Amino acid sequence: MSKLSGAALSQAQMYEKIQAEISSGVGKKIPHESAARHVTGEAIYIDDRLDFANQLHLYPVLSEVAHGRLEQIDSEQCSRLAGVERVIIASDIPGDGDIGAILPGDPLLAIDTVEYIGQVIAIVVASSMEIARQGAKLVKVQITPLKAILEVKEAHALGHYVLAPHTQSMGDAQAALQSAAHVLEGELQIGGQEHFYLETQICSTLPTEEGGMLVYASTQHPSEVQKLVAQVIDVSLNKVTVDMRRMGGGFGGKETQAAQPACLAALASHLTGKPCKMRLPRELDMRMTGKRHPFTVQYKVGFNSQGLLCGLVLDLLADCGFSPDLSGSIVDRAMFHADNAYYLGNATITGYRCKTNRASNTAYRGFGGPQGMVAIENIMDHIARFLAVDPLSIRKLNYYQKEQRNLTHYGQKVEGNLLDEMTAELESSSDYQLRRKQINTFNQNHPFMRKGIALTPVKFGISFTATFLNQGGALINIYTDGSIHLNHGGTEMGQGLNTKVAQIVAEEFQVDIETIFISATNTDKVPNTSPTAASSGTDINGKAAQNAARTLKTRLIEFAISHYQVASSEIHFVNNHIKLKDRVISFTELIQQAYFAQISLSSTGFYRTPKIFYDRDSAFGTPFYYYAFGMACSEVIIDTHTGEYKVLRSDILHDVGDSLNPRIDIGQVEGGFVQGMGWMTTEELVWDNSGKLLTSNPMSYKIPAITDIPNDFRVKLVENRKNPEDTVYHSKAVGEPPFMLGISVWCALKDAVASLGDYRHQPNMHSPATPEVVFFAVQDMLRQTAND
Amino acid sequence: MIEFLLNNEIVCLTDINPNTTVLQYLRDQQQRCGTKEGCASGDCGACTVVTVELDAQHTLQYKNINACITLISALHGKQLISIEDLKVEQQLHSTQQAMVDTDGSQCGFCTPGFVMSLFALQKHQSGYDKHAVQQALAGNLCRCTGYRAIDSAAKQALTSPPLDHFDPLADDTRDTLLQLAKNSSACPSIEHQGKICHLPSNIQTLTELLRIHPESTLLAGGTDLAIEVTQHGREFSQLISMLGVSELQQVTITDQQLEIGAAVSLNACQDILRGPFVDFANLLERFASLHVRHTATLAGNIANASPIGDTPPALIALNASLVLRSADQQRTELIEDFFVDYRKTTLQQGEFIEKIIIPIPQQDFHFKVYKVSKRLDDDISAICAAHYLCLDKDNRVSEIRMAYGGMAAIAKRASHTEAALLGELWNQATVDKALLHLSTDFQPLSDFRASDQYRLRCAQNLLHKFFLETQATIDVTTGAIKMRISDYV
Repeated sequence: MSKLSGAALSQAQMYEKIQAEISSGVGKKIPHESAARHVTGEAIYIDDRLDFANQLHLYPVLSEVAHGRLEQIDSEQCSRLAGVERVIIASDIPGDGDIGAILPGDPLLAIDTVEYIGQVIAIVVASSMEIARQGAKLVKVQITPLKAILEVKEAHALGHYVLAPHTQSMGDAQAALQSAAHVLEGELQIGGQEHFYLETQICSTLPTEEGGMLVYASTQHPSEVQKLVAQVIDVSLNKVTVDMRRMGGGFGGKETQAAQPACLAALASHLTGKPCKMRLPRELDMRMTGKRHPFTVQYKVGFNSQGLLCGLVLDLLADCGFSPDLSGSIVDRAMFHADNAYYLGNATITGYRCKTNRASNTAYRGFGGPQGMVAIENIMDHIARFLAVDPLSIRKLNYYQKEQRNLTHYGQKVEGNLLDEMTAELESSSDYQLRRKQINTFNQNHPFMRKGIALTPVKFGISFTATFLNQGGALINIYTDGSIHLNHGGTEMGQGLNTKVAQIVAEEFQVDIETIFISATNTDKVPNTSPTAASSGTDINGKAAQNAARTLKTRLIEFAISHYQVASSEIHFVNNHIKLKDRVISFTELIQQAYFAQISLSSTGFYRTPKIFYDRDSAFGTPFYYYAFGMACSEVIIDTHTGEYKVLRSDILHDVGDSLNPRIDIGQVEGGFVQGMGWMTTEELVWDNSGKLLTSNPMSYKIPAITDIPNDFRVKLVENRKNPEDTVYHSKAVGEPPFMLGISVWCALKDAVASLGDYRHQPNMHSPATPEVVFFAVQDMLRQTAND
Repeated sequence: MIEFLLNNEIVCLTDINPNTTVLQYLRDQQQRCGTKEGCASGDCGACTVVTVELDAQHTLQYKNINACITLISALHGKQLISIEDLKVEQQLHSTQQAMVDTDGSQCGFCTPGFVMSLFALQKHQSGYDKHAVQQALAGNLCRCTGYRAIDSAAKQALTSPPLDHFDPLADDTRDTLLQLAKNSSACPSIEHQGKICHLPSNIQTLTELLRIHPESTLLAGGTDLAIEVTQHGREFSQLISMLGVSELQQVTITDQQLEIGAAVSLNACQDILRGPFVDFANLLERFASLHVRHTATLAGNIANASPIGDTPPALIALNASLVLRSADQQRTELIEDFFVDYRKTTLQQGEFIEKIIIPIPQQDFHFKVYKVSKRLDDDISAICAAHYLCLDKDNRVSEIRMAYGGMAAIAKRASHTEAALLGELWNQATVDKALLHLSTDFQPLSDFRASDQYRLRCAQNLLHKFFLETQATIDVTTGAIKMRISDYV
């Protein structure tokens, strides 16, 4: 007998057992499944695996020109360096070298042109990474420069797009603006963001039989890596297996971008017949890979004398970099979220996917949604300053309502609306009104410090807007000792997906989570998976695992009915045991008996999200299964001498439906908030005039550190609000929505600046609001006020 | 041969490339892969390990450092503890358990580094202190958690921690470290394929080495030099480490001056400076991270001659000087004269900084330093401004030195502005007039850290702030009015 079954218990003892519940089911506050291995360094990441014998290492040769014709690659000197195995260029690719995720445009290796500084031109394969790096320096590349387009507005003016512009509209915005009591217009720059996952892009590959490849990749999308590797080395998909245990952070940066190192390593393995590894040093990672899209936002908004919005014309200019990548869906999501929590009435929202000679910008937590939300939050502030009222009152006035004013500009009805009740709760629990008064007093008394406060909402649509991606798969094997092996199509990047899916399966079988083992996500266990993205990981894979578990449970119940001669209603799974009318057996006992009775103990599970549809041509439909809501109230202080600032307090109330695991969910909310705050404050990407990224390492690019978090940080989940939709245990997705809570910090900084103009002028403050940006916003406010 | 303790095992290394970092050594040669590479530039802390050494009282000092920018020679005579050493059998260390209990890890990649920083902190901090935690962890970046959970872990780990398995071994460890020191030759070295590092233990050996190999590269904390290796692929063939030179570890404090040896770490300087120059000590709290300050030296920050180094403005404003030494001579030079041009100093080949001398003012003075950067902690200054002021009995400026970093190719004084202040009444009008001269003194550059305009306007405002802080009418000390953002942390 195995360890799991333990010493045989008597009937009395087992009766005692089933009086209690399992400790690790759904809703229980249990730690991350890998926590104990994280803290000891025993959790294995790809770079921690022992090197294979004869393993080779890759180092890239990158373009130093933003746009040019690739004339010549001279690798002779490099090839002579001892330890260099070979140098690979585009013409060495046996299959299709375009690794564009959905649309073509991302050459694995540059062919005849280069389109950004950091584009891979050649790969040096050597016995060590150090030799490969020395070798890469010896490769001589000749490029004839062509005109580079580096500014989004220049690209827009030239109609230089990676994809055609697209519009979503409701009513007649132009007519509404004409008849509006007040009309304001403005422009806002929103910066991009480096993912800064702590583990840089990495992949290791091992050639297998019949030209196949085993790929260990740090990717959010194993199935896509499988497809692209197969395509590059020209074999069928069934010859390629991708294995992914965990990532050291992803945040969207490993959705499409993990494919390049994986395909390069696989290509090198294919050409040399040897195991290969490609790990990007931090600076190369930051130069080679795309980031969150910088946006330029231009708006014209009409509203009545109360501040009720009646018409909006909004242009979103996205800097997509050199290729389409996921920019189609990303800019769509920005447009879908340009309403955030507000009923727009008549609105025309157009997204422009501008092509620039920079790394191709890509998925990043929120996937365009944050940029759309910042646009409308900025507009709310603008209206409030114009009318000299508290921005919170303008926000509340414009919220979607439950019975009317509840239709989005893309035709989806906002259901399960928690905006009013959550705002009321947070406004009260954060003492917003009292603190607003205290801040006024402080601002009147301090010679040069100013405080600001802002309460901003989040309404985020959950589902992939490419509807077909809303599917998940799982595989459960139960072994004869009662232990359960679980696989699903999602990937673990720290968000606690494996923990939640294991809790779901534990709940279904009523067994302890220790009984369940989740091994690496693997394309030969669960095929044709969607990326772990769009916050959907638990929604789709949790449901798929639940379905697999239910299939098995049904089989076990049918077996028990016949074997133990009990009725279905007399069978109960309780705390690692099965109650069968008047006797109790252990889960293991049931499994063993089922095995002897020739019952299959393995099942797949599948799930597709119901209800959703979207017709992009008419920009109309119900693209989201449901919305997740959140609220944050942040208070800041700025030093008008220098523009430096500090977040003093943030109160957060966030909606996760019925939480599968409050500890994991709180972690997502806090981490998302701080990442969002970083995006809007200190994380500044700067390029020089040639298109070279200057902030390409953590010396120059500053993500929040421990001192930057709010001095007083209070985070709460909404209680007793199940997801009205039939999601897994009525939970809600939590990956992306909290990111946008960080917008409250930026609005609070603007509030502090606006105090210098008696709250009657909109601060001229772009994002990220670095101390320098705040400083000049202060100067600008003083100028605006001087003109009063 | 260098000798150190890897946890409790004595390791002797002779044939090893001195350009090897501690991180490479652990991961590639010891297969201790719990320590991660996040940046290889000392900015993220994923590679944090702890070194243990003896202070003057032979007490064990636990220090969190960046393994990625520490060259292997720095381990000589110390104990190295990595994440693998904390768990005993199935028992997590209390710092590890705290991180599990409070959900301090998500993706887990930064986690071993945080644990090691907490471990070092726990060894010298009893009870939770938010400021101490921020100081200890400012050099550890986490992209997932948002840090609140990690702060809670720190709280748990620092609140009456149990004895761990290192505590009962403390006497043994001390004896072993003393024995290692005793065994060490006058000048140990490591060498691999013609690349050599000498570790002289006294100044005579050091000068002798420099006479024979004047082209040698001098190595102190190495936190900048190692970046040349990890980020730019440089390999140094002839290194001389100054860390073990006993004379250079000396600190002499008199009523007249502070003398700080070239091998004294910035962290040690913090304690020395806090008495006479509290603002200097406070500046050091925002100088890189504790990881770096444990290793880096004050002399290194000067010799580096970066226009954005944080200590030169403060030292120039305090009229500090250097004692420069070579095989044949010793000379003294004011630090403000030491910097010639961008990354250029008067240091001759074969010459090294022996010590830094900071005079202690004998009259009442004001000394304030301001650092402005994008991020509060562990960031490089956009501008660093140091002001030293003495007033006579009539409230006239009798002495003024204002020095700036980030405003020119070198850290330098604002001579025109100083001239406009000297002898004048110290009041708002004087200051308002004087600060216009800053644009004569400096024509700063625009770069990714800040624009020229911002730097100049900030410099002017900081002079204004300095004036306010010197005014008795605004009582800074009682905390009635806080003058700096760092006061609100």
